[in-house]
Amino acid sequence: MNLNFWLPVLMLSSSFFTGLIIFFLKETSTRLRTALNLTGAVFKVVAVHYMAYRLLVLDHIHQVSFSMGLGFDFVLRVDFLSLMFLALSSNLWLVTTLYAVGYLEGSPNRSRFFGFFSLCVTACTGIAMAGNLISFFIFYEFLTLVTYPLVVHRETKVALEAGRTYLWYTILGGVLLFLGVVWLQVIAGPLEFVDTGALEALGPDQHNILRVIFLILIMGLGVKAALVPLHGWLPVAMVAPAPVSALLHAVAVVKAGAFGIVRVIFDVFGRDFAGFLGLLGPLAVAASITIIFGSLRALSQSDLKKRLAYSTVSQVSYITLGAAVIASFSTVGAIVHLVHQGIMKITLFFCAGNFAETLGLHNVRDLRGVGRRMPITAITFTVAAFGMIGVPPLAGFVSKWYLGLGSLDGGSGWIIGILVASSLLNAAYFLPVINALWFETPAKEWKTLRPSRFETPWMLLVPPIFTAGTALLAGLFAEWTWSPLGLARQIAFGMGVYP
Amino acid sequence: MPELLILVPFTGALLCFLFPGHIRDVIGLLCAVLTFVASIILTGNIYQNGPIRLNLGGWKEPLGIGMCVDGLSVLFIFLTGIVGLLVSLYSVSFFSKANNQSLAKHFWPLWLFLWGSLNSIFFVSDIFNAYVVMELISISAAALAALSGTNASLIAALRYFLLAMAGSMAFLLGVGFLYAQTGTLDMYLLGAVTDGGPLMAMALGLMTVGLIMKTALFPFHFWLPPAHGEAPAPVSAVLSALVIKGSFYLLLRIWCTVFQDTTASPQTATLLGLLGLTGVIWGSYQAIIQNRLKLIIAYSSVGQVGYLFLLFPLVFITLDPAWKIEAWTACVFQTISHGLAKAALFLAAGNLIHATGTENLKSMRNIADRLPMTTFTLALAGVSLMGLPPSGGFVAKWMLLQSILASGQWWLAAAPILGGLLTAAYIFRILSQAFVSDDQISCCGHVSFVMEKSALLLAIFSILIGFRSKEVIFLLSEQVYFVIQGGIIP
Repeated sequence: MNLNFWLPVLMLSSSFFTGLIIFFLKETSTRLRTALNLTGAVFKVVAVHYMAYRLLVLDHIHQVSFSMGLGFDFVLRVDFLSLMFLALSSNLWLVTTLYAVGYLEGSPNRSRFFGFFSLCVTACTGIAMAGNLISFFIFYEFLTLVTYPLVVHRETKVALEAGRTYLWYTILGGVLLFLGVVWLQVIAGPLEFVDTGALEALGPDQHNILRVIFLILIMGLGVKAALVPLHGWLPVAMVAPAPVSALLHAVAVVKAGAFGIVRVIFDVFGRDFAGFLGLLGPLAVAASITIIFGSLRALSQSDLKKRLAYSTVSQVSYITLGAAVIASFSTVGAIVHLVHQGIMKITLFFCAGNFAETLGLHNVRDLRGVGRRMPITAITFTVAAFGMIGVPPLAGFVSKWYLGLGSLDGGSGWIIGILVASSLLNAAYFLPVINALWFETPAKEWKTLRPSRFETPWMLLVPPIFTAGTALLAGLFAEWTWSPLGLARQIAFGMGVYP
Repeated sequence: MPELLILVPFTGALLCFLFPGHIRDVIGLLCAVLTFVASIILTGNIYQNGPIRLNLGGWKEPLGIGMCVDGLSVLFIFLTGIVGLLVSLYSVSFFSKANNQSLAKHFWPLWLFLWGSLNSIFFVSDIFNAYVVMELISISAAALAALSGTNASLIAALRYFLLAMAGSMAFLLGVGFLYAQTGTLDMYLLGAVTDGGPLMAMALGLMTVGLIMKTALFPFHFWLPPAHGEAPAPVSAVLSALVIKGSFYLLLRIWCTVFQDTTASPQTATLLGLLGLTGVIWGSYQAIIQNRLKLIIAYSSVGQVGYLFLLFPLVFITLDPAWKIEAWTACVFQTISHGLAKAALFLAAGNLIHATGTENLKSMRNIADRLPMTTFTLALAGVSLMGLPPSGGFVAKWMLLQSILASGQWWLAAAPILGGLLTAAYIFRILSQAFVSDDQISCCGHVSFVMEKSALLLAIFSILIGFRSKEVIFLLSEQVYFVIQGGIIP
């Protein structure tokens, strides 16, 4: 058996077929469903690590490709960047599955939920492994389709409305991306991510067209990456159940957009060539506007999940910002933030879900004194929030540090100002929550919606502990070769942009 | 094999007419299976051995009836075979319900007759026979449209029939001009002598108008939504997926074999493209604002047919032969994938209407829980219509957009882009009903296994064809039997 071919296929199948089988399970067969789900998730995690071992240590190249007869091949190829995104999505899928099982206990339509949940991860896996822009696009659209049922899962009027908004934005983005991909194919042929630099070889008469294509591609990807003014769907999609929001904000949709932007800049255009065309400066400005705008809007939200949503708008754009500065440190910062933002944000959403599920608290004001009732959740929330603000030695600090270093290197010192302003704003909207959790006295008695031995059922408790712990360790041991930072450095090195 | 494809359904039609009840169902199904098998075998043959020409009964032209079978013909035959078989299966169950019993008596002969006529039109190589076969199609299709016998369906069918007749007359007039001028009716002989003179141009114009009326190109689309919307589900499926494709097929033959670049002017081609573009936008927009499920799907046909007409500006104006072929392949591919997806949609709509007892989209609540298979069918077929990967619709849109960008006729790009968005809008209007929960409506009519699965299979095919695009493209670019001037279609 040729593992170089079968491992990527197995990676996709482990969640795809799990999802398909789950659709056909009876609503009541909870155990079987949970077992299937966890088996698929654990299998995927193991497969990713085995693949990482084969790629990093044994130097095997994992590739699947077959011809579509359309002048391009459908290609899956695993490089370092794929591996990083794969590791992120598979690990967080496992954790979120566990969380979702606990969260949705006893609620209706669970087979549908977990079915689409698995398909959603399949799409992410595909996005991570796609070896050219076309294969990327295929999974990108698949992701749109399978997340819709998750967004409208509650079937309320608000949820349906949110679903409609979500679809309009993402389908519009998809159409733009489609246009860009086809256009690029027409003028430059199928661009594998490995042969960066093919566009540079085109004559100068094509440069204006390339600029337009870049703009179209970024707009198409920017919808999912929630670049202002294309972010409108994200705060609305908040009505989805907490595990969905967690996955959407940390791994799936938003990350797919950001990951795509990274791919387009580094593997399609080539960072230096994109800079030469004068495309990165405006992109950095757009990202900066998004960062500040998201934070400002987060300040005024009293609903905890909404506040987190706007915080995502802001935080994800760090990735774009880092990618848009021509400096090796910025690149590393962007790539590492892909992971760091994921683990921190997912923790925050887990916690928000716990407050809502255990005590029925949605509003920031209601959280007063909850630290006494739910200390573990409150601790994990605090860790993740400090990480987001960028307090050393947490993961968020590492990202911001590298982004800052890079902007000095790249000669765009103004970005430091953005980073500082954003950190202050982060503090301004997270510290009141932390303050309320720990230092204020509760206004009224809490009603416990879910009685259990711990502060909340263990399935809701383990995931945030795990992710908050990871966020802490990723910051503490950032210098280790296999930490997210270490990997990000190797990726940047592989791209030829890290000394 | 081509003879069988005509003989079997016609004989079946006669037999179904003679025998009552269950025997009729059995005969009908048997003929459907036989025709389907013959279609597959023929497609395989052509794929491997290339196009063939033959004469019915061994009589040569100009006395005999010539037939031509090439990659284009077999693709349509293949589409008709698959849709025909699954619609036949569906119909056995659909018409077995008590209130539909009497309809079956009329349905089977008419449907098999229609199937035979459709197969014939994909083989003709002579423009007068083409006219005759087209009449056969119109007559049986109009009768099928009137099948349910309601007032609305009678009006719609009559209107359809009158329009189809007018179209046929225009076509016949064109045939007359050609024959008077050249003295021959064979398409290939004609192809060598058409010279672009005013009479030729007149003939081309008349034939084109006649055919686009039958294909329901905007602004001649008005007859389609009522006719397709009022008919029983299997009939709607056949009308939308196959019948309008029959006249489109003939239009392709006329343009590409008979007249070619010598007569066909860029202006006419542009006009057709413009009408197609308008059709895409207008049809899809109308689909969005309808409230009756079948009308949405019928208007969607108006929109989807518009894409096909982008072929004319792309093939007849583009200079680079490679992109000509790409455009040509794209539009024919769209015909096939739309046929499969649309048949699936109509059959699924039939299931929904049957189960919920209402045609009104707004009163179809909670369909995902009650009819998960049917909802899944709608979703799959919808994905193909929207052109999302990796469906057949995606492959078609991909090639279409690529050839548009390469040919530099930018304005045409509005069709795949706006059309895709509008299509998504009406498909999700249907699908979002799946998630509207309503406890008040208790469960409902039962949908039989066969009805569910035949619709599902069609939807799956409309997706799977995207994976087999290589073979389809090969049939369309290598195994085709006529010339596009300046191009390399052998």
